[in-house]
Amino acid sequence: MNENPFVGALEWLADPMRWSGPAGIPVRAVEHLGYTALGVLVAALIAVPIGLYVGHTGRFKGLAIGAAGVARALPTLGLVTLFALLVGIGLTAPLLSFVILAIPSLLAGAYSAVESADPATVDAARAQGMTEWQILTRVEIPLGMPLLIGGVRGATVQVVATAMLAAYVGSGGLGRYIFQGLGSQDYPQMIAGSLLVIVLALVLDLALLLLQRVTAPRGTAAA
Amino acid sequence: MSIHSTRRHLLGALGAGGLALGAAACGSSDPFEEGEDGTGSGGSDDGGEAPAGALAVGSQAYYSNEIVAELFAQVLEKAGFTVDRQFQIGQREVYMPELESGALDLLPEYLGNLLQHYEPDAGSASPEEVHSSLEGALPEGLRVLSFAEASDQDSYTTTSDFASAHSLAAIGDLASVDEKLTIAANSEFETRPYGPEGAKSVYGVDIAVVPVEDSGGPLTVQALLDGDVQLADIYSADPSIAENDLVVLEDPESMILPQNVVPVVSEKIDEKAAEAIEGVIAELSADDLVELNRQSVVDQASSADIATGWLTEKGLL
Repeated sequence: MNENPFVGALEWLADPMRWSGPAGIPVRAVEHLGYTALGVLVAALIAVPIGLYVGHTGRFKGLAIGAAGVARALPTLGLVTLFALLVGIGLTAPLLSFVILAIPSLLAGAYSAVESADPATVDAARAQGMTEWQILTRVEIPLGMPLLIGGVRGATVQVVATAMLAAYVGSGGLGRYIFQGLGSQDYPQMIAGSLLVIVLALVLDLALLLLQRVTAPRGTAAA
Repeated sequence: MSIHSTRRHLLGALGAGGLALGAAACGSSDPFEEGEDGTGSGGSDDGGEAPAGALAVGSQAYYSNEIVAELFAQVLEKAGFTVDRQFQIGQREVYMPELESGALDLLPEYLGNLLQHYEPDAGSASPEEVHSSLEGALPEGLRVLSFAEASDQDSYTTTSDFASAHSLAAIGDLASVDEKLTIAANSEFETRPYGPEGAKSVYGVDIAVVPVEDSGGPLTVQALLDGDVQLADIYSADPSIAENDLVVLEDPESMILPQNVVPVVSEKIDEKAAEAIEGVIAELSADDLVELNRQSVVDQASSADIATGWLTEKGLL
């Protein structure tokens, strides 16, 4: 009990028993990543088309920025509780919350990506006879790809850091360790769970940063 | 309301008067000296014998605990003591050292949890046995008074439909239920002696935990009502049990640690103060505690008003 809980957390992580079985770290980490991927994917299906439309046409920009701002201000734990009371415990409630959490970054990334294309370049494309769809997909998106990925990066890091809340309402993920440690005053376990979430967040952040660099069009600086 | 507050002010004034009198009579005195001789009993003119001033009454950061603390505070004021309310002090790890150091004099506690704070390996037993173990486990200078019938403990609770469909009255009856049983509870329930392992070894019941982390709150109740789980760990004094017509399964083997309300007190609580507190304890039934909680959760009444109402009704104020 008197031992430093951080040392305890490292010992907890070093125990081979923790790395196997249905409640082992690999299973929980995969669950955690799965919730994150699903949340960001669903949010991207909603937010990216809207963001591209807003960025390309310049319409509803104020509305999009306003809505994203409101969504950013919503407390995720409150949303999880609210949705769980409406739809019951399980994965649906936290997933809906993660989608709402991820939308602002994705939306901002998408419309700023399109907006960032040099108007002269876009005009040149239009003068060459490209359709609006061709301009969007062959000029604006490729040029803005690093910003678009930047939006995905922001959303992913936020969701992976928040996905522990899935365990609040009966689902799995690394949040299980955090809540179980908190509830039974097993602080090494709680810190170990937190460290695992931090590692996942850092790894995902770095991976998406690399993707941002790689997708930067030749001749432009990465964002 | 105005009558109550007037009366409270009057009592406060009386208490302060007694204090001033006592201070004048004693001249100088060490606040930590008294109580040692244990003769702090006596009449109201003796009330000045507590020159340290007020009795510090604490409570956990838990609405129900605060109501019980308020009950104690008000009967102490009625008995002529001055009370310093130190409510909403987080967890046991924070307030027990305050009691041990003498910064707090009284706090409503719960039998089993208090025992396990000092003896983490203490197993479950009847309330009487836990109470007597507790008397030996408390550090020097602290003691517990009698415990109330009212208890606020973990429970295996189910819906009345499920209970009647499978004719369930006690936890052991679950053994004959022919379907996979799950219980919604905080994840630490998994590691508690009264969790799945206890249910298996004591009652031969197989049960899996579905972690819902709101400590038997609305999400846990909702999961039970939605049929996502067949059972839920809901604190037995929670008004939602009666409100939703839920059934708390009996625990004849005392597998679940009993959590009857018990006041833990410092040496500054003399016989007269203890007597006032015991008056509340003797009256506080399980149904009473549920009703007090209900007034807080459903009616949103303040702890002070709830306490005054109940004490008046019981003739203690």
